[in-house]
This record gives sequence, structure tokens and C-alpha cells, in this order.
Amino acid sequence: MKNNFIKTIKENGIEALSLIIVIAIWQLVADRIVQNKLLLPSFYDVTTSFFSIIESGLIFTDALTSLLHFSIGIIAAFVIGIPLGIIMGWFKEANRAIDPIIEILRPIPPLAWIPFAIVWFGLTHQAAGFVVFAGMVFPIIVNTYTGFKNVPKVYVEAAKVLGCTRNLDLIRHIAIPSAMPSIVAGIRISMGVGWMCLVAAEMFGVSNRGLGYQIWHNYYLHRMDFVLVYMILLGFVGLLIDRFFRRYVDAKLLRWTSGTVV
Amino acid sequence: MGRVSVKNISRIFTKKEDNSGTEALHNVSFDVEDGEFICLLGPSGCGKTTLLRIAAGLETQTSGEITLNGVPITGPDPKRGMVFQQYSLFPWRTVIDNITFGLEMQGISKSEARKHVEKYIELVGLEQFKNSYPYELSGGMQQRAAIARALANEPEVLLMDEPFGALDAQTRNVLQDELLKIWEQKHVTFLFVTHSVDEAVVLSDRIVVMTARPGRIKEIVKVDLPRPRSRTSPEVNHLRDRVLRLLEEERFHR
Ligand SMILES: Nc1ncnc2c1ncn2[C@@H]1O[C@H](COP(=O)(O)OP(=O)(O)OP(=O)(O)O)[C@@H](O)[C@H]1O
Ligand SMILES: [Mg+2]
Repeated sequence: MKNNFIKTIKENGIEALSLIIVIAIWQLVADRIVQNKLLLPSFYDVTTSFFSIIESGLIFTDALTSLLHFSIGIIAAFVIGIPLGIIMGWFKEANRAIDPIIEILRPIPPLAWIPFAIVWFGLTHQAAGFVVFAGMVFPIIVNTYTGFKNVPKVYVEAAKVLGCTRNLDLIRHIAIPSAMPSIVAGIRISMGVGWMCLVAAEMFGVSNRGLGYQIWHNYYLHRMDFVLVYMILLGFVGLLIDRFFRRYVDAKLLRWTSGTVV
Repeated sequence: MGRVSVKNISRIFTKKEDNSGTEALHNVSFDVEDGEFICLLGPSGCGKTTLLRIAAGLETQTSGEITLNGVPITGPDPKRGMVFQQYSLFPWRTVIDNITFGLEMQGISKSEARKHVEKYIELVGLEQFKNSYPYELSGGMQQRAAIARALANEPEVLLMDEPFGALDAQTRNVLQDELLKIWEQKHVTFLFVTHSVDEAVVLSDRIVVMTARPGRIKEIVKVDLPRPRSRTSPEVNHLRDRVLRLLEEERFHR
């Protein structure tokens, strides 16, 4: 245990040192040079604010609310985006029918949907989830479609001569696994977009809770130390989600690609 | 039982843009006995792959028909196994799961199928690698696995399109010997496409030599030599010269 700890310090010494130095400079600059909490809260201010929202429990409700919004968006984007991409990639006629609609909707920036999100869903979790969905669904559709288009013909033919001839079986046993790297790449892109949309949606009043909402709320109150806490939290949670996803995907879904996925 | 009969097969590929056509096969006919080992040999582009794909049901003919035991071939069927020229193992499945694929498609459970294919894995000597993914295998091992995958369906006919084409000479020789062993153990009819005269002479009962495009049958050469065949005996050399001369003629015809 102790050995491990020492080893970790030895291995990550440079990284840790660099972090400590940056924090020290930040503290010095904020505390001695700027001396204005509004312009630049110090490391100490931010830390105290952080502990105060832990104590009040606010951090948990807001983080959970944001995660709820994100989950609503991601689930809707999966449920609609992946089947659409599959159908478009596998059936030519379906692609011709759906593609024009998608090409019209896709260039609309997801945040432009905010007014309609509020009108349609009110100030509910679904409204924020809808904006996240609007940001996530297109990268998922496009990448699923691309993955399906690029299924090597030889795999489909090999499957056919082995007795797998029905469309449904070919999609399930050949096309989906073959397209998985592309689908996963689409999900990863869309998670980044979705996280941004989430913050914006919460800031622009689609919600009265959540990490994004708190940034705007505290800005109104001129509590920039809290703003900074929530900013850092947003980055951190986003990072955690991506790490978690990547670990799961590499271990479960893409083992066969020999870790070439970055 | 795997009696294959190729009757007056022609195939013309037409380009949609300018209505020009390429005649790949012209009136090809021959019969294959049950359990016979046939090699198809001919210059590049003479339609060997096309013929095999028609037999597999992956391609359609312009006219004529191919029958298996008297029944015309209309689409892919596990009774006709195929090993492709390119590597065709499913990269997302381990070796053993590639080999069980055909059985799973018949509705046999995975665990049952795994037990069943054990003997085919042994037959191609991949016991140590059965849980590896294809990217962890050499080219020769991948083709072995592809052969086992085709065999696991217990096909009546095995169609092979230059399966050893991408391999070095050593590995090729080893795999040829292994293939003959498999052929002796399993009662399967082989239709084997190759570029290599050596390969054809070592493997087959009869060699179907084709002309340059459009592919027609130039001559069917009977290989009446006992197996195992030495690669350098006078009889083999004599036969090789004869087949080479036939191919040479085709080169000057063009
Ligand atoms: N799908 C296709 N569309 C158009 N032309 C094709 C198609 N498949 C094959 N051809 C043409 O048919 C001819 C025969 O092709 P095929 O692949 O059967 O030759 P091959 O004998 O297998 O050649 P090789 O020994 O080089 O593999 C070639 O001229 C090729 O261009
Ligand atoms: Mg070919």
C-alpha cells in the first residue's frame, strides 16, 4: 500500500509538480496582484466555495439533475439515431427517403431548438433533454450510417454462404459488429456536443437546476468563485463520462480491434 | 453427396453507363463427380472467380445453369461452402466463434456448437489459437480457420478461390498437404481455383484449363497419379509441362 503510494508519486512526479506550481501561481496572482474576487477568485476562494456546496448538498442535486438531462438526451438519441442510421445504411430506398430531411435539419445549430424545447415541454427535464438530444442525434445517425455503408462485402458474402441470409440476421450478426468502431466514434463525438448543449440549455433557462444553471445563477449574484467551481465541475464530470465510456467500450465492444481505437 | 454439373454457363457484365459489355464466361460446361477434387486453372481475368461465385449463389449467370445433385443453384446455401481469396474471417469474433458461426445460424446454441467444432479446430491445427482474434493470426492461420469455418457446416461441395494465393511457397505447400488430408477424411467435392500449375498438379483429380477472356474450357486434364504426390517426380514434371504449355498458348492468343 505504502509502496504503491510512493511508486505513484515517483511515476507522476512531474505531472503533480506542474499542477502544484500552476495552482501556486494562480493563488499568488489572484491574492496579491488582482485582488478582486470578481475578476479572478483565488484558489482558496474556490476551494471554500466548493466545500460549502458539498456541505449544503447543492452539488449533488445539481450534478444529478444535469446527469438526468444528459441521460434523457443520450437515450433518446440512441433510440432514434442508431435505428435510423442502420435503416439508411442498409436499405437504399430508405436512405433516399430520409436523407433529404436529415440534411435540412442537421445544419440547424442545436441551441436554436431551445425556444421550441421550452414551448413544447415547458421548464421540465425533458426540455433540457431535448436540446441535448438535438445535439447528439446527428453525429450518431451519420456515423452509424457510414459504418453500415462501409461493411466489407466479403463479410456479408461469407455470412451468406454460411447460411446467414435474412436481412435481420445480416444486420445483427455482421453489419452491427462490423460498424461498431464507427458507431462508437459517433457516440463519443456526440457526447462532447451533448455536454455543451446541456450547459447552454440550462444556462438559457430551460431548467432551474443543474450545473449549467448554477453558472448563470451565480454569475447574476456576482459570485464568481462559485461560477468557477461549477465550471471546473462541468469539465470534470464530462471527463469522467468520457473515461467511463471509453473503458467500457474498449473492454467490451472493441476488443477485436486490438486497441487501435484512440 | 456432391455432384456438380455446370451446363452452358455464360456471363456478360454490362456497364450501365455506356451499355458496353464484358463477356467473362462463354458457354462453360463440365461435370464434377461426387467427392472429386477439381482445380480451375486459367489466365487472369478469364472468369474463374465469376464461375465459382455463380456456383456459390453469390452471382447470377446470364445463361445456362449449375446444378448440385440435379437441383439448380439459385442462391447461397450452407451445403456449398466457400473460402475466399481475401481474408474473410469476421474480425470481431474469435477463431472458435468464427467456426461456430454457421452452426449458430442453424439455431444450434453457442455452447453446443463449440463442442461440435472442436474436431475441426484440431483438423486444421489451431487448438492453441481458438480464443484468439483474427488480427492475432498469421495469414496462413487465418486461411486455415476459414477452411475450418467452411467445413463446420459439413458442406457437400467446397468452393475455394485461390485460398493460398497470398501465402509464401512454404506455407502453401504445408496447407496443400493438410487440405488433401482433410479431403481424404471428409467426403467433400472440391472446386479449387488457382493460378499455380504446381498447386493444380499436386492437388487435383482433374484440371479444368480455361482460355483467356471470355473464359471457355480449353482442355480438361486428367491427373492419374497416386497420392501423396512428389512435387518433383518425372510424371508430375511431365504433366506440369503439358499444362504450362496449354497456358502459354493462351498468352499468345491474346
Ligand atoms: N462485378 C463485376 N462487374 C463487372 N465486371 C466484372 C465483375 N466481376 C468480374 N468482372 C469481369 O469479369 C472478368 C472475369 O473476372 P474474374 O474475377 O472472374 O476473373 P478471374 O479469372 O478470377 O481472375 P483472377 O485470376 O485475376 O482472379 C474480368 O474481366 C472482370 O473485369
Ligand atoms: Mg479471381
